[in-house]
Amino acid sequence: MSDMIREDGRKFDELRPIKIEAGVLERADGSAYLEVGGNKILVAVYGPRESYIRRLLEPNTGVIRCRYNMAPFSVGDRKRPGPDRRSSEISKITADALRPALMLENYPRSMVDVYIEVIEAEGGTRCAGITAASVALVDAGVPMKDIVVGCAAGKVNDEVVLDLSEVEDKEGQADVPIAIMPRTGEITLLQSDGDLTEEEFQKAIDLAMEGCMKVSELQKEALMRKYSTE
Amino acid sequence: MIYVENKDLVIPGQVLADDECYPGRGTFKEDGKICSSLMGLVSLRNKKIRVIPLKSKYVPKKGDVVIGKINDVRFSMWDVDINSPYSGILPAFEVFGRDKKELNKVFDVGDVLFLRVIDVDEVKKAKLGLKGRGMGKFRGGIIVDISPTKVPRLIGKKGSMINMIKDKTNCKIVVGQNGLVWVKGKEDMEQLTREIIHMIEAEAHTSGLTNKVKNKLYLAIDGELPVEETEEEFVLEKPKLQNFKEELEQEEREQAEAEAEVEDEAETEIKDEVEDEAEEITEENEEKDAESKPDLYEVIEELKKKNQNKKDKNISFSDNSNNSFILNNR
Repeated sequence: MSDMIREDGRKFDELRPIKIEAGVLERADGSAYLEVGGNKILVAVYGPRESYIRRLLEPNTGVIRCRYNMAPFSVGDRKRPGPDRRSSEISKITADALRPALMLENYPRSMVDVYIEVIEAEGGTRCAGITAASVALVDAGVPMKDIVVGCAAGKVNDEVVLDLSEVEDKEGQADVPIAIMPRTGEITLLQSDGDLTEEEFQKAIDLAMEGCMKVSELQKEALMRKYSTE
Repeated sequence: MIYVENKDLVIPGQVLADDECYPGRGTFKEDGKICSSLMGLVSLRNKKIRVIPLKSKYVPKKGDVVIGKINDVRFSMWDVDINSPYSGILPAFEVFGRDKKELNKVFDVGDVLFLRVIDVDEVKKAKLGLKGRGMGKFRGGIIVDISPTKVPRLIGKKGSMINMIKDKTNCKIVVGQNGLVWVKGKEDMEQLTREIIHMIEAEAHTSGLTNKVKNKLYLAIDGELPVEETEEEFVLEKPKLQNFKEELEQEEREQAEAEAEVEDEAETEIKDEVEDEAEEITEENEEKDAESKPDLYEVIEELKKKNQNKKDKNISFSDNSNNSFILNNR
């Protein structure tokens, strides 16, 4: 049962090919570019910088703001530009997923801005966005407890599988994206969409955790590559 | 148990050591383990682990010298952008005492100034002043922006790097601790200096950089490489980790020794160039990172006494630095 081959030829616990590059933008404080399967995501980080929005300012710590945006040409049919219900949600959950890892106590009254631009989308962009954003945050020199990493698992054809593609996401029965801090295994994001039994849900989380650990290694590699080869 | 070596490149969340060490800057303690919170190079000394970041934002510190740009002119002060998450203010009385003058006739929006951080309040707003050698407005020249953590590398041991650039390009260079560098000279030389500074920033964590910069400078100005023994060093394009460590350690030691000299000179030399001031102070900060040799400790103690006797406003800040230096060593 477990050696079933998926639509795109992957095994049930196989990730799509991933490419991560840190520090790709000249003008941003930190940046990262990430490809997972057909996803192409660019993240820019600015800050910590002076908070220009008074009401967001915290007197004892810094704050993080995220903006997730999909390019109009990122999907099959043209996406109407601008924020919508979905991207507002992802912006919020991304900020929430990253916040526990950040140590902004030394930068009170400041703000860190994270801009996630999806250039091409092929399923699993929120996890890919989180993965890329944390690489960009490290590149920006923001103090962090750990490098947050995101990965999804789901249920397709009554089988729990790792890292859903767009087709699997649409035709599958469930999607469970999670984000974790790999050193401690703390979960910072957990969503679930679709029907899963308790057993399947547990299996999906375990699988996604495993996937996160693999992606985490790639994140570290990307960061080390940026600075050690010169 | 320590899992890393001095000068290792680490990333946030990486476990550096078990309980027996003291967590320093750039690290945090969790479940009895010391972890890095930054991407940077490990500094291990006397069982104290620190991580020196590759990139960071400038956080104002009392006594620093910075380069700032006037952002706004208000009723009794100027708002100054000091390339930091926190803005600086320059109160009018710091400039002309109790006299009332029109502020925008003295400094206007867009002027670039060389300033000293007098005080940092609890919300990290920096109060700035102009007391000190060479403080004031810059006329002409260009501003080059680098990461504040790369400032010590740009200056080099005993100011070797910056002096080499100055001598070769005939430019005036002032380095602020907030990562802004002011360069004035001939236009083509300004551009060359900017290029060189950016090169130093990009390759600050590699070895043999001084020679590389030297070669580039000679090539750009004289059209040929220097005839000295630099050839050998230059072959070492891919830095070997081990050499790198030794070199940096060596550098640190020398810097610590050099610092003591520089300090002494500073006391006798009253009239000096602005540039040297900036270097001195930066080196001093570097030195806090430097080795804790027993004889050095004595030297510093002596210096501290001297400084205390001399109630000069100009050196009141260095007094302060020395204090923190001693604290660091204990």
